[in-house]
Amino acid sequence: MQIIVNGTPMQLQTSPMTVQALVTHMQLTGKRIAIERNGDIVPRSQFEQVVLQPGDTLEIVGAVGGG
Amino acid sequence: MSDSLHIAGKAYGSRLLVGTGKYKDFTETRAAIDASGAEIVTVAIRRTNIGQHANEPSLLDVLPPSEFTYLPNTAGCYSADEAVRTLRLARELLDDHRLVKLEVLGDPNTLYPNVTETLAAAKTLVKEGFDVMVYTSDDPIIAKQLEDLGCVAVMPLASLIGSGMGILNPWNLQIIIENANIPVLVDAGVGCASDAAIAMELGCAGVLMNTAIAAAKDPVRMAGAMKKAIEAGRESFLAGRMAKKLYSASPSSPTTGMIG
Repeated sequence: MQIIVNGTPMQLQTSPMTVQALVTHMQLTGKRIAIERNGDIVPRSQFEQVVLQPGDTLEIVGAVGGG
Repeated sequence: MSDSLHIAGKAYGSRLLVGTGKYKDFTETRAAIDASGAEIVTVAIRRTNIGQHANEPSLLDVLPPSEFTYLPNTAGCYSADEAVRTLRLARELLDDHRLVKLEVLGDPNTLYPNVTETLAAAKTLVKEGFDVMVYTSDDPIIAKQLEDLGCVAVMPLASLIGSGMGILNPWNLQIIIENANIPVLVDAGVGCASDAAIAMELGCAGVLMNTAIAAAKDPVRMAGAMKKAIEAGRESFLAGRMAKKLYSASPSSPTTGMIG
């Protein structure tokens, strides 16, 4: 299944896949991140429950230096 | 210290707010912020680098949210929708954090704010429970409208972002300060310590800066200079300056008891 993460297409071998599994797959476990899926925030508490669908568009963000 | 800065129900000892961008590395970021004495630090929200090393330090490791009040910004947003989306992500990222810096730009060359989009975003964010510190132009009418919408602080520019041109229109800032019932902070344009002191002498509640420190030849030293300037400017404002006169026939030394 293909999804789009931060503007880049990503091919997932495992399907179905939860948001949490994607986070693990991307080696972002333990990192302070926030995720938006198709325009809506996925609360951290729901990472285990939310199952990704083909064509999902995700934004994964963190805090960086800025003014 | 009773003269603290109150924003959204919290008191801060420092009236200097600093950005965390443009530093050489995290060591310099931390050293400069320590030297500035700032308690509130702005951060940007950006896409995580896919494939970055898992154990690479992050800004949050260098500036732990337990030590600083984070002020996530909407830098780089050109519409109300983008800004609102960014801050919703920031709220989730920082565990239901409500204090935010709203800025909506109108032009990539000058980075001049787009006030109509800023007003629209402020309205939505206030409704969603955010405590909005809002960057805007030095237009007193817009500043008042942002206050009326429920923003917790209004932050007019001294001059354009990153320009270091200093305070170009002290008269507008003065009108904004006189009319406001919420803290007014100068955000953007400060270039050196005297600019910061002048902002405080005008009666600003605080100053937010990034480039003036980060782009100095010695950022850590400039951070210390800014801390002193903010404190001196505040004290000078509270002390109340003497009246300006073109000349005075009242010298500081006695006019009697002269020799001869």
